Amino acid sequence: MRKVYLDNAATTALSPKVLEKMMPYLTGIYGNASSPHSFGQEARRGVENARSQVAKVLNALSEEIIFTGCGTESDNTALIGVVERYAKKGNHIITTNIEHHAILHTCEALEKKGVEVTYLPVDENGMVTAEQVAEAITDKTILVSIMFANNEVGTIMPIAEIGKICRERGVIFHTDAVQAVGHVPIDVKEMNIDLLSLSAHKFHGPKGVGALYMRKGIRLPAYIMGGAQERKRRAGTENVAGIVGLGAAVELACENLEESAARMTALRNKLIDGLKERIPEIKLNGHPTMRLPNNVNYSIRYIEGESILLMLDMHGIAASSGSACTSGSLDPSHVLLALGLSHEIAHGSVRLTLGDDTTEEDIDYVLEVLPKIAERLRAMSPLYHG
Amino acid sequence: MYTEKVLDHFSNPRNMGEVADANGMGIVGNAKCGDIMQIFLKVSDDGVIEDCGFKTFGCGAAIATSSMATEMIKGKTIEEALALTNAAVVEALEGLPPAKIHCSVLAEEAVKSAIVDYCKRKGIAIPEGAIVEEHEHDHGEAEEE
Repeated sequence: MRKVYLDNAATTALSPKVLEKMMPYLTGIYGNASSPHSFGQEARRGVENARSQVAKVLNALSEEIIFTGCGTESDNTALIGVVERYAKKGNHIITTNIEHHAILHTCEALEKKGVEVTYLPVDENGMVTAEQVAEAITDKTILVSIMFANNEVGTIMPIAEIGKICRERGVIFHTDAVQAVGHVPIDVKEMNIDLLSLSAHKFHGPKGVGALYMRKGIRLPAYIMGGAQERKRRAGTENVAGIVGLGAAVELACENLEESAARMTALRNKLIDGLKERIPEIKLNGHPTMRLPNNVNYSIRYIEGESILLMLDMHGIAASSGSACTSGSLDPSHVLLALGLSHEIAHGSVRLTLGDDTTEEDIDYVLEVLPKIAERLRAMSPLYHG
Repeated sequence: MYTEKVLDHFSNPRNMGEVADANGMGIVGNAKCGDIMQIFLKVSDDGVIEDCGFKTFGCGAAIATSSMATEMIKGKTIEEALALTNAAVVEALEGLPPAKIHCSVLAEEAVKSAIVDYCKRKGIAIPEGAIVEEHEHDHGEAEEE
């Protein structure tokens, strides 16, 4: 059976080129990067090279990059750190209602500690505006945290405009760019970004390693304590091979960014248009144009997402859904509900996210299989009277 | 996460679709929660379920439990069908994940609801145990990716 992996927003395959760069650090170069001897110093060089690779693609300085264990840790470090460090200035955070849970659950925990959080509502395309941010800023606002691009519906936020507002108003701006890095160009200086989270496994790097960009001049307390690693900003022995992999992967992704984004956008549009032509009564979720080059998210009316995923899987296609049944919770995805979708429509969502290895034949295969699945499940549905 | 049996009933559902000359129909669940089950019965004059069918909007477990429940009541008397429990459906499917047990509860309720409808249409007394109380829709513990 043909196998088609279209769940690249969940995770991507490790690039063989990246693995090749990591291998020496999983074998011979095993020293602790904090050790002064040659074993340690060789590992140290790997870490520092990766740091400059990350800094370069973001237009940051090496010293502004901190390696972490994952995107979630980067998000937690940023939010909790700013609240602790700037408590004297204020206690108000601005975010959106479609952030990843790494942000939302952290905000909820902070609210219990007395922090005030404004959750900006998004429009039907999943977009917030810089004006909304400007209006929400008060003299107590210490942080604006808005995702670069949404993981479920792929909407790309007006980050440069929001960054400009925050800089003018003297408020720290964090962006969860986990879905954006390696897919869209990012320049932390030009976009006035103060803090940025990224994760290696979203751009064909290894799992278990992320990074936090922290603009020079911002000094947050360490979230993980116990050592002087990462200039005392993140304790714990470095995951050297992982860090080397992150650096190699981000360099690779950004080297070919324009070309690969153009290729993926064409495939994405073929999938969007093809499904629209073949399946009646479906709705594209997310922004029609301001969306990640690799994201397709449709609600297929009258049927339920988990059933769609199971049938796709039986045909060798891996996808994802925002239905309640795929999360085990009562409600469908908070993102789809925030876009104003009814529960019924949100339950019928299917997300297909492309990767570097996705081919035109893969798209053709999905265009052949998914309409049949929709037809079959609709025939079973008491809601469908087509 | 699903047993072979569940996947079999999901991909090759038995008794799927409306029954043309049905004389009992029950529909339970709601679209908000993400599952709706509809069961059709054709009951003979001597109270035997000669034919039955289902239509379901829902996840794999919802479809599989509908399919299994219809298999288990086909050819049975309405008294026998009323004795069908959600646990029996789960057992016949060789198990369901904890978060999906509610699907089997819906299947049991859909069968009962169809029998109540049949009795009402026939003007016969609704047997004891056929009326199900409205209850909170329980999906079990929430998990996140």
